[in-house]
Amino acid sequence: MFFSNIGMLIELSGVGKRYDMGTMAVHALREVDLRINEGEFVAITGPSGSGKSTLMNIIGCLDVPSSGDFYFNEENIKDINDSGLAKIRNQMIGFVFQSYNLLPRLTAQKNVELPLIYGNVKNRKDIASKALERVGLLNRSHHLPAELSGGQQQRVGIARALATEPSILLADEPTGNLDSNSTREILEIIKDLNYNQKLTVILVTHEADVADLAGRTIQMIDGKIVRDESKENILSNP
Amino acid sequence: MILPSIFYMSLGSLGSNKLRAFLALLGIVIGIAAVIAMMSIGRGVQKLIVNELESIGTNLVFLIPAEPEEEGDRWELLTLADLNALKNKTHNTSILDAAAEKNWQGKSIRGDKDINGNVIGVTHNYDFVRNIELESGIFVNGTHLSQTSKVIVIGSEVKDELFGKDVAIGKKIRIKNSRFTVIGVIKEKDKNDWGDDPNKNSYIPVTTMFQTLSPNQSFNGEKNIDWIMVKATSHETVHKAMAETAKIIRLEHRIKGDQDDFIVTSQQEILETLEVTLAAILFFLISIAAISLLVGGIGIMNIMLVSVTERTREIGLRKALGAKKSDILIQFVFEAILLTCSGGIIGILLGYLAALGLNGIPVGDGNLETSFGIDIALIAITVSTIVGLFFGIFPAYRASKLHPVEAFRT
Repeated sequence: MFFSNIGMLIELSGVGKRYDMGTMAVHALREVDLRINEGEFVAITGPSGSGKSTLMNIIGCLDVPSSGDFYFNEENIKDINDSGLAKIRNQMIGFVFQSYNLLPRLTAQKNVELPLIYGNVKNRKDIASKALERVGLLNRSHHLPAELSGGQQQRVGIARALATEPSILLADEPTGNLDSNSTREILEIIKDLNYNQKLTVILVTHEADVADLAGRTIQMIDGKIVRDESKENILSNP
Repeated sequence: MILPSIFYMSLGSLGSNKLRAFLALLGIVIGIAAVIAMMSIGRGVQKLIVNELESIGTNLVFLIPAEPEEEGDRWELLTLADLNALKNKTHNTSILDAAAEKNWQGKSIRGDKDINGNVIGVTHNYDFVRNIELESGIFVNGTHLSQTSKVIVIGSEVKDELFGKDVAIGKKIRIKNSRFTVIGVIKEKDKNDWGDDPNKNSYIPVTTMFQTLSPNQSFNGEKNIDWIMVKATSHETVHKAMAETAKIIRLEHRIKGDQDDFIVTSQQEILETLEVTLAAILFFLISIAAISLLVGGIGIMNIMLVSVTERTREIGLRKALGAKKSDILIQFVFEAILLTCSGGIIGILLGYLAALGLNGIPVGDGNLETSFGIDIALIAITVSTIVGLFFGIFPAYRASKLHPVEAFRT
């Protein structure tokens, strides 16, 4: 128990999330326990309504648990105020969205600069250019999102997530809107970030082949984790 | 610094829906334009009134007889004795000079030509007290008064009407049953808004008037005059001159109670009354214009609320990327202020054009001179900023409270 804390980035202990819908209470998460270490590549799968998005929101500090404790980098989220959470999102987490969520009026470059503005970072142009270079889109940096293909837009999204050098990449169905070619491209980039740059990746998906990339797969049903498998475990248990 | 970047974001967002932004602005544009036009016109009217009053002289005090409120109280009209008491320098320090007048209305005739006008019986130095300038000849003087000379000084229009281009001085005019010799012609004056055209006035010695035009009017055996004008030594001593005038006349009329049988007023008091009245009217008009600013502000609030709803995703995304509540709040407040300020600038231009268009139109007998100043423009910009801030803060607050999870909803 003591040594397992080393390198632990995320710890959920008995986390529940309840939404009150009028007279009904919807339990999106029930008593979830989960630990994710630095450098892991975790896929969260499950049918829609299983609570995987809610889990993502809590891990991404976009939402707070109704019950239980969530430690981010060994700090209890309960003790952090609103702007503190904004700071964590800005500096520690890189979000990649299914629908890219680029601002249509801004060029690729400006979209990547956006989190840097909120982080009050200097040299924004250089940093954004480097991030675009990493996803192979430096030559498209002055294009508007509408002038880019879906795959290219998602690559801008990844560049934006990487710009602030986060500890975790949180990707919510990042290939959900893409064709198979673009999907392969995007997954290559994500895989590379995890394998070669040791970036922790948490990926929500319902596609089995996408989940196969991950070293660890968590399956959720009805707000509970029903399966938590690591490839190493599978390999070590013949 | 993060603020300039947020400001730049606000600027970028505005361009996205130009038509809607413009329509939302119209209220502000109209409001600011109306306020600007009102202020420019108001200043022009003020200038007009002040100019006219100042042309008569700013250090004049008027002494007018007044019937006491209670019937049966003794009262006296003004007489030349009152005038002499005022002119006696031993009793006062602030009175430079004084003059009296008595009015008679009627026809002046020369040959087959005639003109209706005011014939004014005046005392010595009347021209000095009233700042009357002569075109030619001389004004009524002390000798004319003591000798009850039948001499007359005529206004420019009387001269034009009766003599045309001929020389008038030395010629005779008939009024009632008397014949007067013209000794002077007065320079043409601008018409003023009250009373008659001063260019139709003629002046004769008041002593001559007692004998010829109004021989029967008398009071206590003494000939009465209509009113007296007192010239204070300077602009600053007007109030002192008023007090001294009242004191001297109370003594002359042997008034013991607090019921005066006269009124003392001044050019300044008349000016002040007019200015207060004008300010009240302007305040009323500007208030009405300001209502359109209020309506415009509500329009801005409406459009900002729509914008916040439309941009829920964008706001959620910004929050997910690390925007604090305050960052979002500032962005939307900036947007509202930018909107109202651009409306303000268009309004200032329109108001300025309106003021320019109204410049020089005749008002009464004068011409309106609208006056637009940088200060008016600054007020307008400040007001539009405040409107933007006031009506933008609620939508911006709503935006800042939006939950970042919204960014994930599809």
